[in-house]
Amino acid sequence: MTGPVDLDSASSAPLHPAAREVLLAALDRGYADPRRLHRPGREARLLLDNAREATADALGVRADEVTFTPSGTHAVHLGLLGLVRGSRRGSRVVHPAIEHSAVRQAVAWGADGSDQGVRVDRAGRVDEGGLVEAACSPDVAVVALQSANHEVGTVQPVGEFELPDAITLFTDACASMGRLPLPAGWAAAAGSAHKWGGPAGVGVLLVRKRARWRNPFPGDDRIDERSTGFENIPAVLAAAASLQAVVAEREEVNARHHALIDVVRRRVGAEVPDVEVVGDPERRLPHLVTFSCLYVDGEALVTELDRLGFGIASGSACTASTLTPSHVLEAMGVLTHGNVRLSLQRETTRADVDAFCDALPGLVAEIRARVGL
Amino acid sequence: MTAPGAGPDVALELDCRQMPCPMPIIELARHLADVEVGELLAVVAHDPAAAVDVPAWCRMKAQDYVGADTAGDGAPRYVVRRAG
Repeated sequence: MTGPVDLDSASSAPLHPAAREVLLAALDRGYADPRRLHRPGREARLLLDNAREATADALGVRADEVTFTPSGTHAVHLGLLGLVRGSRRGSRVVHPAIEHSAVRQAVAWGADGSDQGVRVDRAGRVDEGGLVEAACSPDVAVVALQSANHEVGTVQPVGEFELPDAITLFTDACASMGRLPLPAGWAAAAGSAHKWGGPAGVGVLLVRKRARWRNPFPGDDRIDERSTGFENIPAVLAAAASLQAVVAEREEVNARHHALIDVVRRRVGAEVPDVEVVGDPERRLPHLVTFSCLYVDGEALVTELDRLGFGIASGSACTASTLTPSHVLEAMGVLTHGNVRLSLQRETTRADVDAFCDALPGLVAEIRARVGL
Repeated sequence: MTAPGAGPDVALELDCRQMPCPMPIIELARHLADVEVGELLAVVAHDPAAAVDVPAWCRMKAQDYVGADTAGDGAPRYVVRRAG
């Protein structure tokens, strides 16, 4: 191993090489106000339009369905609450318990919904029947279902079920955008650039042309009526360049990642006693796996792995500021302590993965030995 | 949940009220052998992770999870039957 191995791309990926060049060039060319008619303004406008078209092209949507936002979280808030505001049926949102906190917080702030959510199975896959049944209640405006789970990787059946008339589907696609093709069936969707190797501070909101969406927040007078505030043109252009590159190389990268995660799932399950590897083993994000080790303090595990040069995330209570366990693991009914979420970066190699799998059993044994187990 | 004191006949109750995650589960593992097979062992813990982790532990270690109730002082209590 040559240096620290960052195995936490699901938290954030480093800037894609394709994005770096574009970002640097656009810093000089894209500073002006794209609404102005002078030459620098027209230049900025051109770059902004290019970014929107490239993003639309990479995602297979129309350019006028793309809005850049200041974050993936904001895109979720705007997309979900805009569908609620546009609904004639009511203000209730139906969603599974394992949605990202951005969805849960948006519902808590500006809609009606149950924090319990619709049931998921032990692999984290939503019960489609339960989701559709819950959607049939009066005053339901929107169903929110993520494309894939950000903590355990399980892909959800977005677009594989019929909703009653006039109930729209919002899809938080932050965990999968770029890596997997967008599913079908949604009226609005959201993504986050720093998860695909774009710069931080860029979210993507997609709103279908004919969707009943109304801005849930104060409006503005920008190029795109759904956006507010001065556009960060260099960043959105770099995000679009990265997205194009990621889409172009995903067949190769996904196959490699899928096989590497299979190695982790197999080796961790075989070499660490009393471990639970969670999430769907097949219908999953290619680059992500989560497992929990019995009797192990999650914070100790994160710290010790970091000392050995491995950067990983954890959903265990002791690693959260709230000291509550991950609501995703809780809803799945799987072990919450001693939790590791490992997500591969674009450059991660078999040697990195093997080094991690070589180090883990001894480390887990050492942490267990501290408490006499 | 059952009313305090009205729960099943527990052979051993572990006081893990002040313990952070994952100590209640570690205590459970340490004291499983202190009860006979078929007897009940209970963990009393305020740690919110215990509500998920006690049933998960039972599943992983092939023990029977009986359910949650409350201890005499109202603290959450999780009851396990030793299966082996």
